[in-house]
Amino acid sequence: MSSDSTITDTDSKDPNVAAQHSPDLAASQAVHEGGHGHAEPTDKQYIGIALILAVLTAIEIAATEAGWFSGAPLVTILISLMVVKFLLVVGFFMHLRFDSRLFTLVFYIGVVFAVGLYGVMLATFHFWTG
Amino acid sequence: MSDTTTHDTAPAEEIPAGYDDGQDHLGLPHHTATGLSNTKLAMWLFLGSECLLFGGLISTYMLYRNRQADQLGPDQLWDIPFTSATSFILLMSSLTMVMAVSAAKRKEEQRTRLWLTVTAMLGGLFLAGQVYEFTVFYREGLGYTTSLFASSFYTLTGFHGVHVAVGIVMLLSLVAMLKKNKVLGDKAETVEMVGLYWHFVDIVWIIIFTLVYLVPA
Repeated sequence: MSSDSTITDTDSKDPNVAAQHSPDLAASQAVHEGGHGHAEPTDKQYIGIALILAVLTAIEIAATEAGWFSGAPLVTILISLMVVKFLLVVGFFMHLRFDSRLFTLVFYIGVVFAVGLYGVMLATFHFWTG
Repeated sequence: MSDTTTHDTAPAEEIPAGYDDGQDHLGLPHHTATGLSNTKLAMWLFLGSECLLFGGLISTYMLYRNRQADQLGPDQLWDIPFTSATSFILLMSSLTMVMAVSAAKRKEEQRTRLWLTVTAMLGGLFLAGQVYEFTVFYREGLGYTTSLFASSFYTLTGFHGVHVAVGIVMLLSLVAMLKKNKVLGDKAETVEMVGLYWHFVDIVWIIIFTLVYLVPA
């Protein structure tokens, strides 16, 4: 392979060409573009997810306002719906489901640390028993 | 044997001009130690740390939400249909934001600017709703120092409102910069970073809306 062709190939923007020369970098691209091995959603799928989020919000409001449930069952339903909505936005809209696992780890360390820390704080103040 | 144990030291690679375009010299993204964008990693680290900020504010509110003695409390104040409408607006702004990111990845710049502007407008509408809500509460007698409940409520929702306002400034600045072609580096990634911040603001509101407005005090 002449030096000229090497320069041409390595300057190529085609990932397939690049992959022939550098499998490691091609792997890093795979991580970058879809670390979890899924294709990113289409615009129609994004609209579908937004509709699901809207329906879940409507259920939350109806459960509270219509008085279908009260006390612990109501709180359990509301928290569950909140967690589902959270996961949908983080997973699909923020692309965490399709991105590198390192981003997932970095973000959820913050989430878990916050929930754990403030859960302990509230327990210290007898929040749950009050 | 000595051949197999000797490590060849690779010559230092020359960084070509325009390296800061978010791609390496092979056209592959981010020739970093992790193979990932440092900007994106920094953004996720920032958002992870923001969880601690809002976690503190939310748990403080949860602790003080019943501390209003005979003053106004959540049950007398909340207008759930109104807050639901503003929540829905913010939720839909997440959809328009992701459409902007999607358009940016397809290099459809005009459509990207359009979706970013719509997102900023929806954010502005949410913020206007929050200002209206605060005004109503204040007129009903709920000042910032009226009770522990009032202080923790205004601090939590006010901090969130400031985040939305910062997000709107970021969105409109990005629209202006895209129009003047002033965005350095990978445009799609820049739009995605602003998008990550905006979606985070949305997920914080998902939590606030449930815990503050819907869960009975």
